[in-house]
Amino acid sequence: MKEELTTDQQIRRKTVKAFVGFGIASLIPLGLWKWVNSSPRLNNALAPLRKTLEFNEKLTGKLLSNSHLAPTFPVSQAQKKVRVNGGVGLLDSIEKNYKVKIESGDLKFEVALDELKALPKHEIVFEFKCIEGWSQIQHWGGVRFVDVMNHYKIGQKDAENLYEYVGMETPDDKYYVGVDMPSMVHPQTILAYEMNGKPLLKKHGSPLRLIIPVKYGYKSLKKIGVIKFSDTRPKDYWALFGYDYFAGL
Amino acid sequence: MIKKIVHKHPLALRWFHWLNFPLLFVMIWSGMLIYWANDIYKIKIGETVLFNFFPESVYAFFGLSGQLAKGMAWHFAMMWLFTINGILYVLYTMISGEWRLILPTKNSFKEAWQVVLYDLGMKKILHAQEKYNAAQRVIYTLVIVMGFGSILTGWAIFRPIQISWLTTILGGYEAARLEHFVLTIIFMLFFIVHILQVIKAGWNNFQSIITGFEVKEKS
Repeated sequence: MKEELTTDQQIRRKTVKAFVGFGIASLIPLGLWKWVNSSPRLNNALAPLRKTLEFNEKLTGKLLSNSHLAPTFPVSQAQKKVRVNGGVGLLDSIEKNYKVKIESGDLKFEVALDELKALPKHEIVFEFKCIEGWSQIQHWGGVRFVDVMNHYKIGQKDAENLYEYVGMETPDDKYYVGVDMPSMVHPQTILAYEMNGKPLLKKHGSPLRLIIPVKYGYKSLKKIGVIKFSDTRPKDYWALFGYDYFAGL
Repeated sequence: MIKKIVHKHPLALRWFHWLNFPLLFVMIWSGMLIYWANDIYKIKIGETVLFNFFPESVYAFFGLSGQLAKGMAWHFAMMWLFTINGILYVLYTMISGEWRLILPTKNSFKEAWQVVLYDLGMKKILHAQEKYNAAQRVIYTLVIVMGFGSILTGWAIFRPIQISWLTTILGGYEAARLEHFVLTIIFMLFFIVHILQVIKAGWNNFQSIITGFEVKEKS
């Protein structure tokens, strides 16, 4: 025979039940936290977090097209004092006959700066964004990467397909980036040889650097030594330190 | 004294509340790891700095320095859970009708001030309030709106080119970053006041967000 519970008993039972339930439920966030933190690291990022970064890349990468342009500004708004953040890979001196090594499939050759300068010049004034959180309106001039690809007929895997990635390295191979092809053929992506209308300074990556407005600044490699095409992700300096590989804006 | 059990918080609401607690915590913590890398905001009058966000000691105390990559990885993973929980919560209040108890009414804004005075002990009598008093209605609704503000300003700085229209509406990249930060600071202030109010309201009130009911005297 079941006894009627007094109100006090009911309160006690319900309270105990709720608190025990609460204790068990709090194992969910705690367990998630433990699970993530005890996961192996993929290039210095905890695996579940790295996978989510890649999920974000797939999802928002779909939003990217050549019609999504970085907002541009009048030249008068461009900073005269352009911030310098990184010097990795810039230490060795620039050879007199500087050339960029290009590797695209079986094709391997070198291009001199003057050859690139002969291609149509494009200037862009945009808000450069550093992954640290600062931004600055900057004025760069150079040649569109897609024009370079078309001119030298590089980046083409076969008749229909482009390679999926472009890798770039400094001449000493101390700094390197990997960028997805859609971002590389974006019309605002340039190989820059001018800043504020003048040849690049060493600290800004002379004689030739990448300027890729659709990415955080760390992808805009200074002092290009090598350009390679591939279908696997080229090594990327900061992605190896746990940062997002995609780094798209 | 004869007691009775008065139902207060539906189970779903308690889940949303307690899931949001660690989620918001992780979002703010990872957000601080990110902000550290470019911690430029200050409250200034002329050239006098009144408050610097944040002094080095704050980062040192909470262990927030030099972990930008980690902060970003956590932030851009947990944002999904934070967003999903927030959307489900709002849908729940809409479907269950709970929104009627939360959304401020015509008089709430005027009355909220009376509640504040009452809580500060500067007013002796407060006329009867419903499940949430006028001040709670205003603040709880504000916090929900702020949550969505954080999501919008967050996306505006997360993908400022791919969703540039949003970034433009919010006043540009740097403005959106500041807005995202200010919202976070208000969340922190809300959290402090919320905790103080919960302590002040006492055990019976606090346990109701876990058990769902309050114990009242039978009249």
